[in-house]
Amino acid sequence: MTPRAKVLWMIGSVCVTALIVVAWQMIANYSGIPAVFLPGPDRAWRALVTGFTTGDLTQLSMATVERMIYGWVLASLAGIVLGAIIGSSKIAREYVAPMLEMVRPVPVSAFMPVVIAIVGLSGGMVLIVIALGAIWPVLLATVHGVSSVEPRLMEVSRSLRLGRLQTLWKIALPNSQPDILAGMRIGLTVSLILAVIGEMLTSEAGLGYHVLVAARAFRSADLFAGVILLGLIGLVSNVALQEIERYMLRWKQR
Amino acid sequence: MKTLKALLLPAILLLAWEIAMHVKNVQSDSLAAPSQIAIAFKDAMLDGTILSRTAETLRAALLGLALGGGSALILSIILGLVPPVARLLQFTIEVLRPVPSVALIPVAILTLGFGYGMEISLVAFSTFWPILIYGHAAITNIDEQMLDLAKVLRLKTFARITKIILPATLPRYFVAFRLATAVSLIIAVTVEIAANPLGIGYELMQASQSLHPDLTFALVLWIGLVGWTLNTLLLFAQRRLFGPAGVAFGIQQ
Repeated sequence: MTPRAKVLWMIGSVCVTALIVVAWQMIANYSGIPAVFLPGPDRAWRALVTGFTTGDLTQLSMATVERMIYGWVLASLAGIVLGAIIGSSKIAREYVAPMLEMVRPVPVSAFMPVVIAIVGLSGGMVLIVIALGAIWPVLLATVHGVSSVEPRLMEVSRSLRLGRLQTLWKIALPNSQPDILAGMRIGLTVSLILAVIGEMLTSEAGLGYHVLVAARAFRSADLFAGVILLGLIGLVSNVALQEIERYMLRWKQR
Repeated sequence: MKTLKALLLPAILLLAWEIAMHVKNVQSDSLAAPSQIAIAFKDAMLDGTILSRTAETLRAALLGLALGGGSALILSIILGLVPPVARLLQFTIEVLRPVPSVALIPVAILTLGFGYGMEISLVAFSTFWPILIYGHAAITNIDEQMLDLAKVLRLKTFARITKIILPATLPRYFVAFRLATAVSLIIAVTVEIAANPLGIGYELMQASQSLHPDLTFALVLWIGLVGWTLNTLLLFAQRRLFGPAGVAFGIQQ
């Protein structure tokens, strides 16, 4: 496909999305579904504009994004460190890794009631749950990456007499960078989901709680505005990480 | 030997937990000793609550998976066979996919009310995307020669789908459905914990709020066990049915 055709198709697909939005507006206006259940895009847009001019939505979005990023950074750091330890040691791989495999299939949201009972309904609980949930993709990717370094590279480290830390730092971790970055991207998606759920359960200020309250009060325009914002946060964070990934892995494309 | 090694650490941890609870004589609303958890599990298992609640959750999860996965399967075939449609819908898909499914919980409550309906539609929404994406990728990766063969044989569209495309992509669809099954269980339990008065997730929330840590822990373990069993069964089926073909496409886990 020529670059020009590509751009034309892109414009076409944006037009399709625009058409869908128009259709949504038509349905909201003429189908007779009350606006309490289905607000048109115009109402959702107005709710967004008022939310941002008064600053309410800005604050709520910041709160959710902050939670998501704190939990994610915590999970990523812990995941990389633990993954490096487990992946680089044969003993840990034999004794510890199977237990992790056993814990992994438990849906993280199932831990929430337990963490709530221990920590209480607070922002800290949300952070703990986000970190618990987002650590898995990073941890498992790091274990995989560190333990599957090419044998020849390990021979290099042996002939250079690198210690275990140096081998990790100079060979194993850089080598598993693609795995780790991919794991971190999944982890960020998980973080956003858990931040929203956590806010709903603990009533901590944020977009998750905001949309729940809006639904309970039948303020559907605010509800849709919140959902649109959450979708936007998901989209932007995913695209940003994809770009970071591409930048950091540019050595690989050559 | 390998399983022994794998079980050593959990066994030690459980023992330490049990001993610590007894030595410190903990009387807590949020913690329970493994032995208490085991008793609570046995009781809830015997009076049938766990099984009937699990059946509710599985029903919602699997119906949602059938709905979401089924429609994703059909759409992915259309996208794969008619590239212009895929190109035109690309932007819409890219925009809708990152919407966190849990953000739609309030929308589902508002429009559908509590019950199976909202849970099934939320599971359907969240299982729709992975199957659509994997399925579309599978179809675009079909060997060119197979498609040429279909042309040479002058197969009609329907025959082309059933005789060439589905058999060629079946292993990958199976992998996609296996991953989506895990997602469906996670979403179902999450919806139940967050809002829906139904299923094992709700039971878990009740146990936690009525300060029964023994039952809470037992239910968490049980949910993990259900997820693990589902995945292991499907993984076994995948290996039996497709051998290395299911793994060879670089979809791990």
